[in-house]
Amino acid sequence: MTDLRPRTATRPAVSGEPPAKPRIRLRARLSRIDTAWSPYLFIAPFFVIFAIFGLFPLGYTAWVSLHDWDISGAGAFVGLDNYVTLFGDPDFWNAVYNTIGMLVLATVPQLLFALVLASLLNQKLRGLTFLRMGVLLPIVTSVAAVGIVFSQIFDRDAGVVNGLLGLVNIAPVDWRADKWSSWTAIATMVNWRWTGYNALIYLAAMQSIPRDLYEAATVDGASKARQFWSITVPMIRPAIIFTVIVSTIAGMQLFTEPLIFGQGTFAISGGSLRQFQTVSMYMFEKAFRDFDYGYGSAVAWMIFLLITILAVVNFLITRKGK
Amino acid sequence: MRKSQPLLYCTLIAGIVLSAFPLYWLFVVATRSNDVVGDWPPPLLPGPNLGENLGRLLDADQANFLLGMWNSALSSVVVTVAVVFFSSLAGFAFAKLKFRGRNGLLLVILATMMIPVQMGIIPLYMIMVELGWQNRMEAIIVPSLVSAFGVFLMRQYAERAVPDELIEAARVDGCSTFRVFWTVVLPALRPGAAVLGLFTFMGTWNEFLWPLAVLEADNPTVQFSLSQLSTSYYTDYTLMFTGALVATVPLLLVFIAFGRQIIGGIMEGAVKA
Repeated sequence: MTDLRPRTATRPAVSGEPPAKPRIRLRARLSRIDTAWSPYLFIAPFFVIFAIFGLFPLGYTAWVSLHDWDISGAGAFVGLDNYVTLFGDPDFWNAVYNTIGMLVLATVPQLLFALVLASLLNQKLRGLTFLRMGVLLPIVTSVAAVGIVFSQIFDRDAGVVNGLLGLVNIAPVDWRADKWSSWTAIATMVNWRWTGYNALIYLAAMQSIPRDLYEAATVDGASKARQFWSITVPMIRPAIIFTVIVSTIAGMQLFTEPLIFGQGTFAISGGSLRQFQTVSMYMFEKAFRDFDYGYGSAVAWMIFLLITILAVVNFLITRKGK
Repeated sequence: MRKSQPLLYCTLIAGIVLSAFPLYWLFVVATRSNDVVGDWPPPLLPGPNLGENLGRLLDADQANFLLGMWNSALSSVVVTVAVVFFSSLAGFAFAKLKFRGRNGLLLVILATMMIPVQMGIIPLYMIMVELGWQNRMEAIIVPSLVSAFGVFLMRQYAERAVPDELIEAARVDGCSTFRVFWTVVLPALRPGAAVLGLFTFMGTWNEFLWPLAVLEADNPTVQFSLSQLSTSYYTDYTLMFTGALVATVPLLLVFIAFGRQIIGGIMEGAVKA
């Protein structure tokens, strides 16, 4: 504790120690090894595990997709055959169509509601913590539970929604039967689950907008609505970009909600006519029900490309709107 | 207080009711019998059948519900502890230590954060076959032990929350780098680690696609088990709802205990579930 010499010698600033010194004390040397190698040791667990179980499988998907590969192992190298089949596969394009349809139905209302909710919450209110926790309740509902509850709410015979429609003399809807109805039901689950979460992100961004901007606008006679669109929305643009990209990436991988909604034997195919099968479900069906790993991998790789393209497009659009 | 306040409160309360109703409905149906679930008007108050429904849930052989709960609890706890530990360790290194290639490696983490690694599940499944981990919890736990998002989050947090002087002081006292991390940095990172931990726990608890691919119905996670209930008991809504309710209770408890931190975490930005 008293001897200062070896410790100062370990500081990186004086690492250019003269080699002429007869012997460096063991402790100092250990300490230098520690400073040089600890950082790599600390980041190694992440990189090793992520490389083996994250990046490698993703890259290897591309390799598998070039083969006729099934449960018994790698078959012949078939080049781009799987992709050629995929481009002519109506079930795949149907799944892409469904996924994007539900993505729009789920993302747009979700973010608009979140904007409104956030601006309502962004005022002097009593019980703010209670209100915030209230809007977050949906994300603490376990995901399969969401699927189960809404399956019942949208049930043809026993559901609350059809009951309410009956009050205004609308005939019961078989929500699972058609594209528009099943998309609506599934999108409702997603909207319900994520609106409050996005509202809190917007609220955080809104709270950092300087007050005097609004005061100046009020002096200039701008209405509340005008202030909202001309000050609030532009000022929270980074938060909006963030939520749009995150919801797009999540929406392209939509899986649990439609699968649970499907119930029964047609669950993985998204209904008897594939009316609500998403691309993730199609990939799963090909790989883990038909055991066609090569084709499933081609589907996976296409989803990956679609997600990347959509994320970039989204980013460009939301940024350009400035 | 302006005049529009009552209207504002009414709108907000309507919003809260909408956001809470499905959860409340979950509870109501779980306490009822199947005879009344389809009635109109629907039963809006809890009934006396919760105990009976729980009994049927445990008896539902094909769902293995208790094992599912145990498996999910085990994997969620292990994954949460590991993610928080490894993310703090790497986050600290990126924020506070100097080493060659630091910026490049950080860029790699940023780039991988948004990558949907879920799309690699086919080769991942092959790896599990090689390792003999099909239908075993290792397959669920090991690939999730680290998170690019977690490293990034903890790096941001460490930059702000850990003063350089604190680290220097510990070094002057002769601490090794790991001891500095353990005794000085980790305590300072605790609030950030709590938020990361909560979101990791909820995320692992809700994992569905990968367990469905690699596990079998005789060794499920809780979400898998719930999906079994919904496929085998086509219209037995009270049973499905009871399972869904029980599967939500752990998340609700976490939320009641740590709700404020969760909200703080979201409000501080860039936290995804």
